[in-house]
Amino acid sequence: MKSLWSGNEATARGIYEAGVSVGSAYPGTPSTEIFESLEQYPDVYCEWAPNEKVALEVAYGAAVGGVRAVTAMKHVGLNVAADPLFTASYNGVRGGFVVITADDPSMHSSQNEQDNRHYAKAAKIPMFEPSDSEDSLLMMKEAFRLSERYDTPVLFRTTTRVCHSKSIVEAGERETVEAKPYEKDTAKYIMTPANAYARRPFVEERTRRLMQYAETTPFNRTEMNGTKIGVITSGIAYHYAKEVFPADASFLKLGFTCPMPPEKIRAFAAAVDTLYVIEELDPFIETFVRTLGLDCIGKPTVPEMYELNPERLREALFGTKPAYQTLPEKHVARPPALCPGCPHRGLFVTLKKFKNAIVTGDIGCYTLGAAPPLESIDCIVCMGGGFTLAQGLAKAFDASGRDDRVIFGLVGDSTFFHSGMTGAVEMIYNRARTKIVPIVLDNNTTSMTGQQENPGTGMRMRGEVAQVVPIERVLEAIGFAVIVVDPQDLDKMKAACDEAVKSEAPTAIVTRRPCVLIKRLRKARRRCIVDREQCRKCKRCLSVGCPAIFFKDGASFIDQTLCVGCTVCLQVCPFDVIKMAPLEVKA
Amino acid sequence: MSDVTSIVLIGVGGQGTILVSKILTHALMSHGYDVKMSEVHGMAQRGGSVSTQVRFGKKVHSPLVGKGEADILVAFEKMEAARGLGCLKQDGILIVNDFEIVPLPVAAGRVPYPDGILDALSDKVRTIAFDAAGTAEALGQTRAMNVVLLGALVEALSLEALNVRDSVAELVPEASREVNLLAFDAGRDMARARL
Ligand SMILES: Cc1ncc(C[n+]2csc(CCOP(=O)(O)OP(=O)(O)O)c2C)c(N)n1
Repeated sequence: MKSLWSGNEATARGIYEAGVSVGSAYPGTPSTEIFESLEQYPDVYCEWAPNEKVALEVAYGAAVGGVRAVTAMKHVGLNVAADPLFTASYNGVRGGFVVITADDPSMHSSQNEQDNRHYAKAAKIPMFEPSDSEDSLLMMKEAFRLSERYDTPVLFRTTTRVCHSKSIVEAGERETVEAKPYEKDTAKYIMTPANAYARRPFVEERTRRLMQYAETTPFNRTEMNGTKIGVITSGIAYHYAKEVFPADASFLKLGFTCPMPPEKIRAFAAAVDTLYVIEELDPFIETFVRTLGLDCIGKPTVPEMYELNPERLREALFGTKPAYQTLPEKHVARPPALCPGCPHRGLFVTLKKFKNAIVTGDIGCYTLGAAPPLESIDCIVCMGGGFTLAQGLAKAFDASGRDDRVIFGLVGDSTFFHSGMTGAVEMIYNRARTKIVPIVLDNNTTSMTGQQENPGTGMRMRGEVAQVVPIERVLEAIGFAVIVVDPQDLDKMKAACDEAVKSEAPTAIVTRRPCVLIKRLRKARRRCIVDREQCRKCKRCLSVGCPAIFFKDGASFIDQTLCVGCTVCLQVCPFDVIKMAPLEVKA
Repeated sequence: MSDVTSIVLIGVGGQGTILVSKILTHALMSHGYDVKMSEVHGMAQRGGSVSTQVRFGKKVHSPLVGKGEADILVAFEKMEAARGLGCLKQDGILIVNDFEIVPLPVAAGRVPYPDGILDALSDKVRTIAFDAAGTAEALGQTRAMNVVLLGALVEALSLEALNVRDSVAELVPEASREVNLLAFDAGRDMARARL
């Protein structure tokens, strides 16, 4: 059966067909749909872990336990999970073990641009780079065979356009893979310094053997058409290059790029007059080609920043500029915004009232609290940083004697479990003189990435009921007094902040109200409506930054198809002209 | 690569561009074309500008449609048409929904919603503009405006042998099949009258 599948759907199918038993992942664009698709194959146990390091270790543990196992994450997730990866490379595996990293060139949904192919080289493990959905399925199955044959974790490096583009795929059957018997093997699975020292040559020897594999694997494919132009390429760049170069250009498509095949590359280079290396982001292949003493056209002719596309390539290589029309004066920015009814809004409206406060934010939907008109966040760096940046700022103010400021440190519920908890411990253990109020924005889901469950939601990936890990009790156990508040009640929200700021004891706030996008919680919705005759045009309601409210014909207006009746605008209106609309009773 | 046709759908998160591309690619695949489709997930979905790109032909390599490469651009919202215009071939066809969704900077009163968009568009390219939301509303389901626009797109493609109607019937929820088929036909009529 042929299907039109995204790279992520095809990757999930490849995992299923490879006979994988265990999967553990943490969501992150563009990788999320891999596990959301995997969820549909009941033969594969799969879960959302609290973070990527946990996910990688759980999957690796399963592989040590004798079954095939997989983990998936976005590019920055591998930074979090890098520690176990580097040593798993020495230990090797029993069941096959594949680590998926989904990079995000052009940062469509990310805080940085990072070429994770370097991880394969640094951790000395083999790597596949799929170009489309068919590659994703086939390479995933090969990755597991390779992992077991060479006793190694395998890195599967995909990118946004491969993950989220759909192309035609032919699905196959699931392989039956027997679990390998568990045996104690301490020299292999305990990396004490002595064992690691002894294991070190194995890793080098493995790389040499993998180089032979790279020379012969059909995933490193030569397509000879003519001898004038030769193009070495990988990933999605292969398809762009196929569009851009003339039909008589020859290709060396590298689907397996760590370690690289020197002989294959030399032979290809010798067969063509002009050699190009076309790859997205860093000159990873090109650097290797140059170490072979081969000359080629690559970076910086081909840009090393942002994702490539045929148009950029044509311009970079041949100077051709496309012809097109524009109308820049007829469109204004449409930045993403907190949804109507988003529970985070009430917190940001409140924080804005603390004029002298500093707010350290984190990554999630609540990052949007940094955008106008809310503009309530000072700095954001990475997941978990909302608490620890606050702590660092506090230490700076302690040191400079400016310790009269208040710092609010924010993390979401999923982020709290991911890496916020350790920051909370730091705040108690190395308590600063400067006042910090840690706030957990508990919307009962991992919303930014599409509402995945997390340890606080009481549910698992497949909807099984789970024991809730209560955020407030974790904070209490660490040493905080905790105020739990509904952020949508602006008076209570303000009172909670005031109390936490004044309190002598370390005090944390948990803002608790579920995200409006959680499917299992959809309920009859209410709406707010403006009495437009009475509207005094003060525009205070616009300060809450809700997409459902705007000015129309000189008075405030609420779009009834967008409003969910959260009442935040109603509460900020100084003239009480916003009311609840009467409940519609369906006939 | 002249045997490849490129289509871009642009709109605002939540307008149903994805369903339209799903139906279209289903029909194209059933017809035996090689098809690729690309979309962006994540941050932009929170009320931001979203686009889906579809390419089909005998053999398709890139899933992306570059500047000046689209044969047809379908804008689900007026201002998004102006934003997406750059991807259209000089002689391509623009289908635009005469419908406004106010972005936050406009809602906040910082900038006005641009006026005269439709006139400016039709000065630049061949433009089919109509009120797909109104058409869908008249059929009793405003949400079906995406399928009205699909109808217009299929008419503009003028591929006689392509059966998109069956794909609509197969891929929309059972309960709204009839209204969606009506919406699809209405969209075709709208475009036929304006092509
Ligand atoms: C290390 C890392 N892993 C994953 C992501 C992707 N990511 C961005 S926001 C987010 C979820 C945040 O959820 P939560 O903290 O509950 O906030 P919400 O979006 O629900 O407001 C994730 C997983 C990331 N940016 N960094």
